[in-house]
Formats: sequence, structure tokens, C-alpha cells
Amino acid sequence: MGLLSDPVRRRALARLVLRLNAPLWALPVAWLERTMRSVGLEVYTQSFSRKLPFPDETHERYMVSGTNVYGILRAPRAASTESLVLTVPCGSDSTNSQAVGLLLALAAHFRGQIYWAKDIIFLVTEYDLLGTEAWLEAYHDVNVTGMQSSPLQGRAGAIQAAVALELSSDMVTSLDVAVEGLNGQLPNLDLLNLFQTFCQKGGLLCTLQGKLQPQDWTSLDGPLQGLQMLLLMVLRQASGRPHGSHGLFLRYRVEALTLRGINSFRQYKYDLVAVGKALEGMFRKLNHLLERLHQSFFLYLLPALSRFVSIGLYMPAAGFLLLVLGLKALELWMQLHEAGVGLEEPRGSPGPSAQGVGLASLVAPLLISQAMGLALYVLPVLGQHVAAQHFPVAEAEAVVLTLLAIYAAGLALPHNTHRVVSTQAPDRGWMALKLVALIYLALQLGCIALTNFSLGFLLAATMVPTAALAKPHGSRTLYAALLVLTSPAATLFGSLFLWRELQEAPLSLAEGWQLFLAALAQGVLEHHTYGALLFPLLSLGLYPCWLLFWNVLFWK
Amino acid sequence: MAVSHCFSRAASAFTAVLLFSFGCVAASHIEDQAEQFFRSGHTNNWAVLVCTSRFWFNYRHVANTLSVYRSVKRLGIPDSHIVLMLADDMACNPRNPKPATVFSHKNMELNVYGDDVEVDYRSYEVTVENFLRVLTGRIPPSTPRSKRLLSDDRSNILIYMTGHGGNGFLKFQDSEEITNIELADAFEQMWQKRRYNELLFIIDTCQGASMYERFYSPNIMALASSQVGEDSLSHQPDPAIGVHLMDRYTFYVLEFLEEINPASQTNMNDLFQVCPKSLCVSTPGHRTDLFQRDPKNVLITDFFGSVRKVEITTETINLQQDSEIMESSYKEDQMDEELMEPLKYAEQLPVAQIIHQHFEDSFPLCSALHSF
Repeated sequence: MGLLSDPVRRRALARLVLRLNAPLWALPVAWLERTMRSVGLEVYTQSFSRKLPFPDETHERYMVSGTNVYGILRAPRAASTESLVLTVPCGSDSTNSQAVGLLLALAAHFRGQIYWAKDIIFLVTEYDLLGTEAWLEAYHDVNVTGMQSSPLQGRAGAIQAAVALELSSDMVTSLDVAVEGLNGQLPNLDLLNLFQTFCQKGGLLCTLQGKLQPQDWTSLDGPLQGLQMLLLMVLRQASGRPHGSHGLFLRYRVEALTLRGINSFRQYKYDLVAVGKALEGMFRKLNHLLERLHQSFFLYLLPALSRFVSIGLYMPAAGFLLLVLGLKALELWMQLHEAGVGLEEPRGSPGPSAQGVGLASLVAPLLISQAMGLALYVLPVLGQHVAAQHFPVAEAEAVVLTLLAIYAAGLALPHNTHRVVSTQAPDRGWMALKLVALIYLALQLGCIALTNFSLGFLLAATMVPTAALAKPHGSRTLYAALLVLTSPAATLFGSLFLWRELQEAPLSLAEGWQLFLAALAQGVLEHHTYGALLFPLLSLGLYPCWLLFWNVLFWK
Repeated sequence: MAVSHCFSRAASAFTAVLLFSFGCVAASHIEDQAEQFFRSGHTNNWAVLVCTSRFWFNYRHVANTLSVYRSVKRLGIPDSHIVLMLADDMACNPRNPKPATVFSHKNMELNVYGDDVEVDYRSYEVTVENFLRVLTGRIPPSTPRSKRLLSDDRSNILIYMTGHGGNGFLKFQDSEEITNIELADAFEQMWQKRRYNELLFIIDTCQGASMYERFYSPNIMALASSQVGEDSLSHQPDPAIGVHLMDRYTFYVLEFLEEINPASQTNMNDLFQVCPKSLCVSTPGHRTDLFQRDPKNVLITDFFGSVRKVEITTETINLQQDSEIMESSYKEDQMDEELMEPLKYAEQLPVAQIIHQHFEDSFPLCSALHSF
């Protein structure tokens, strides 16, 4: 006798289990198709499927498959050579149904106008960004992330600009705009200026980073608020996550923005007509464009919606930080050269052999650090099943914990490296290693700063001081603590706290730890699903470099 | 009886004397009128209207040119005497919410596109080379008649240009420019080839006055919408169409021209007053030092219209002496030119001799005609 002996209860339990296994929410594809067709668009669907590297909490399964629905409004008097996209990403956690309603209303309104010179694509995607990525890959006929997407039957020409819309309710108090995209790419500043113009014209309250615009720039308040918003943007750009569907469009050089309608406790609320008017204005202006947006900046930082800092102003900051590394490397080179010359005089023939041994003793730490980095990159996802079998954890947790385990194992390395390598090198060996490590770090940070300035600057600001100071003499524990605190993982941890602090929702340590683990999982997942580069950069590039400095610190 | 006879004879003689004197006075009055009849010196009118910019947001330049076209046609110049060059098609642009129209006033009060626009150079045909070829007449023989400026030495030509310009240049179609020196040289070529009697040059661009600084040929009057260092501004935008419809200077010139009819006696000084700085924000400028007549004697319709001068008179006018005068002046010109010829072309390629020889070889009959 038990729960399952009663056939009625057995059937009820079976039904319950079946319902739990079924998706909680799916896109109403047939209804969408019907409605879009009745509005007068050319409607097509696209199915896609993706095998995730590990099932995370939101997806709970390995295989994700869904359907995108999109309708094309053809320009009445122009050839279909260019198009604009209005996209509404739908997912189980954010059904975004209000935005779908606004999309359909806008489609009906646009269909009645004759002044469209570009086609307009109204896109509703399933599984948020996964669906958007599948659609974009099929549209541009590429396959960069290993997604299996069915080919698109309807196409509309080169996409000039896209707007992604996310609404949580039918009344909004403010519109938030997100510009940071995948790997820190940004749309052309003109698109943001366009949005801001229509905010002002329509009298809408528009926010950036979820905060109101600073009004008073003469006293200290305005600049401080601007600094907060700037730091928030730096943190978001450094994470390299696509903060909305627009982030995935940027890879194909389609300028895109995400607009989020926020319903909070404010006195004045706008209904969807106001939001729709702003969108209509934006699309009409984009319709007038004759070329791709290229006149304004592509690389900028925003302290406010109406102000920006251009790359010419902020890049020297990263440059100076890297100069520190360069100067330190130069100093070490000079010291090595002097010591080498000083030693050559008493010893005649063993001189070159000593230098030869010095180089050989460098290769081992380099190879071992790089191997650790490779392990950090490959093992967590590969070994998730093994870990899940031996330990009572889910696959996602297994991945994260393996990540942390390998990271910590690297800290134990220096005490073992010296057993592998017979150190005949004099104590200048650590200088050579540090020189190589400094140049390696400078190269990496330089390359990162060029493509994603925020990430490069953040890592440089944390790693450069301790990397420059690392040496085996002096107070080892202090330097070790400093080095651990500025390692990439610790930087990630710290920046999470800073991010929440700036958003005025500070974290406790336990919450922070949970968020940290979630961020690690998200980083690995996004690397595999969208090609985000934060995970490989940190694991294959910066972690080995940091390990070299750890080796230098513990040099015997 | 003899007294009455004498009296009647005296009376008739007196009336005859009176009539004769009246006749003399009347005859000289008619001759004055005849003098006035040929005062302006031109017998036909041409117009070359050029819009040099393309793209939807330059709607206003096309509207500018079409407004002048409309006025010029309304005042009598036929399409066969108008060379209209529009660099883009606004009326049929897919972005135009009112297809087949180009409006000059907001709220769509005035459609300057009309029903019978005849565009001679359209879209990519509007280039600097084509423009200069039209002006100087160096056109390939396959060019249709509607694309030629077939003016002669008794033609008054109106040249209107609009677009984007700068200090000393005017931009054609985002890819090339014409400089003020080139334009001045083109006008000099026209003068030497006797392709105009008088020329009115109007330009509505930023820093437009720089375009007429370098003119050096006689009988040219020039107007510009702004001085060097100033920008010409656009007039109001239309919210339904979404672009600025006209430039300020041409907007007010259009308003001024709408008042003109073929019989108007309005003169050029009134045109110089159009659009003061309070309305135009920029300072319109004009140049009359190369022009031989006094601007207050120059009618607007001398350039903007093609006015057939008709005077009904019951008197007969004897033009014999005038033709003698004309012939003698003609001979004088001939002698002057014969005297001046060797001096004029001393340093240059002896074009005249080459042409002269060419004509002699091929058309021996024409050797008596004076070549140019």
C-alpha cells in the first residue's frame, strides 16, 4: 500500500508529472499568425531548436525548441531593399503580452499609411533571446552559435535599424532604454538621440539605467548622478551580456535599442497610446533615412541620456594604466640586462647556458598556467554529468562548482610547479617570468580595451596595480591577499556588489554569493548560446596570466 | 465775298498748320514710344532652373526650383524655353505621403508640381558637366532640343540655382562641386559666344553671395540669399510631410512673384527688397555693377516673363532712319572688331582664324558673314 497503489491517485500523479514536464508557457503561434494576417501583413513562422550545454534553472531541459512568428509590412511604392524591425521577445518568465498587443496595434496603423519606403518586420520571438538569435542567424544565413533554425521563407532586404520592446503592464510610468549589447557593442548614438527627441516631444519620462536624468548640472548633484550612471553603464558593458534583444542585432551591424516600459509608483502614468506615438515617430524618422546610421559615435559612454563621453576622451585612461605595465616591464628588462651582464663577466662559458636555463624555466609555468586556463574553460561543461553522478547537485550547479574548484586549484599550483621544474635559475628567474607575464597582461588588456573598453578598463584598474607590485620578497601574505582580491573572479564578485549598490538595492553577503554563482552559470551559458566572450577571455586569457603572477609571488 | 474767301483760306491754312504741328508732335511721340518699345534690347526669354541636391530631406530645394518654374511659366515663358534640372524626384518618392505633389506652403496650400511639369534634366543627369554644357552650348549633337539652351544675343536669361553651397562653391548631388570661378568663366564664354543679352543670376544656398563674387562679364545682375559666412535658412516644416518645405528666401520671392502679372511694371529694386533680414535671418545680397541699365528701369518681367510687347497705334512710323543708324552702327561694330581682332587674340589660340578658315573651306558663301 502506498501512494501508487490507488489507480486514481496514480493517474492523478501521472497527470501532474506530465504537466510539470510540459512547458509552462508557449507562444500562441496560430493565433498570432491569424491576427497578423488579418491586419494585412505577410506572415511567416520559423522553428528553431537548440541543445543547451547544461540545463539552467529557467530552462530545466537540455533541448529548447520554439517558433518565431513574424509579419512583413511591404513598402507600397518602394522595392524591398531595406527594412526596419520591431521585435517583441516573449519568454516564460516575461510573457510580454502587452508589448505584443502594442505591436499588433502599430502594425494595423502602419498598414494604413503610404509613406513607407522600407519594409517593416514585426517579429515575435519565443524564448526571448534564443529565438531572436535563431531568427537573425537564419535571416543573415550564417551559423555562429550552433543553433538549428529552419530557413526563413519571407525576407525583406537589409535591416537598417531595430527596436525591441518589453512591457510589463499596460500603463507605464517611465520608459527605460538599454543600449549595451553583446560583448559590449553599442548602437550608433544617433539612435539614442532619436529616442530622446521623441521622449521630449511626447513628454514621456525616459530613464537610463533605471534612473532619472540629473537636472542640476551646476552643483555637485548632477555630476555625481552622472558618475553613477556612467559606472552602471561601464559595469553592464563589461559583463558583455546582451541586455535585451537589441544586443544580438548589433553583431550584424544593425543599430538597435531595447525600450522597457516600467510601471512603478509614480503619480503620472502614460498609456500605451503615448508609447505607441513615440514608436511611430521613431519609425517614421528611420524611414526617412537614406543610409545606415553612421554619422554619430559608435563608441561612447553615457553619464546621462543627453550627454556622452566619446572614445577620444576615455581611451587615454586605459592607455595610462597599460603604460604602467609597460614601464614596469621595461624596468625589469633593465634589471635583467644588468644582472645578466654582471654575471657574464666572472663566468665565461656558463653564461649562455644560465640564460638558456632561465628561458626553459619560464616555459613550464607558462604551459601549466595555460593548461589550467584550458581546464577551466573546457572541464566544467564536459564533466557536468560525472560531477552530477558523484555529488548530489544538479547539472547547472555542477558546472559552477567545478568552475570554482578548478579556479581554487590553480592557487595551489606554485607549490607544485617547482617540483616539476628543476630550478637552476638564480633568483632572477622570477624577474623573467614577471616580465613575460607583464607583457602578456598588457597585450591582453590592450586588445580587450579596444573591443570592449569597459571590460578592459575594469580589469586593468583592478589587476594592473597588484600585477606591477607582485614579487616574491617582502610580505607574502599581504601580497597574496591583494592578488587574490584582484583576481578576475574576485573582480566579478566585487562588481556585482558595486552594481547593486549603485542601483540602490544593496546585497548581503549570502545574496551576493548566490548572485555570483548565478552570474557564473549565466556567463558559461551565454558563451555557448550567443557567443559572449567574457567567459573565454577570463578563463583562457586572464586567468592564466593571473596565475603567472601568483607563480611569481610564490617563487622560491 | 473775296474777304470770306480769304478768311476761309486763312482758316484752312491755320488748321493745316495746326494739324501739321500736331502731326509732328504726334509723330515724335510715336517715335519716342517706338524707342521705348525697343528699350530693353531683348527679344526672347530663357530660364535655366537648377536644383542640385537629392535625398528626401532636401525636399525644399526641389520645391524652391519648382516655385520659380511655376512663376516663370505663369508669366509667359514656355517649356521650350525653360531648361529645368531637378536632381531628385520628390513627387514620386516613396516617402511622400501625398504622391505626385510638391508643396511650398505648409498645410498643403500650394502645390507647385502642378499638372504639366516638364523636367529636362532629371536625377543623375544633373551634373556640373551637363550644366556647363547647357550654358555654353557645347552639347553633343544627339541631345534633344528640350535639353538645349538655344539662346542668342537678344535673349534675356534667368538662371536660378539652389542646393547646398559654401564659400565659393555649390554642391551637386553629394559628389561634386562647381566653383564660382568656373561659373564666371562659363558666363564669359556665353558672352563671347553672344549667347545672352542680359543675364539674371539668382542663387539660394548658404553663403550664396560668394558665387557671384567672381563674375566679370558685362550685363549680369546677380542676387543671392545670404552673404559669405551666413547660412540660408529653411522655412517652416510641415508635420504631415515631415520635412521643411521651402527655403526662406525663395519662399518670399515666390510670394513676391505671385503678385506679378505680365503687365506689371515692378522693377528690380523691388526684388532687391524682398526678404529683409527680419524675415530671412540671413542678409540677401545683390550685384549690379556689371549691368549696364539702372535696376530701377529693369522690369521683373524682363527676366521672369516672356512679354509680347504689343502696342496698338493708328499712326505709321517711319523706321528708315533708324535702320540706317542700325546699319552704320553695325558697320562700326564690324570695323571695331576688325581693328580689335588681332589685338584681342594675340596671345591665344587663333580660334577666329581657324573657324574663319574652316568656314571658307567648307562654306565659301559664308565668308562674307562675319564669324564669331
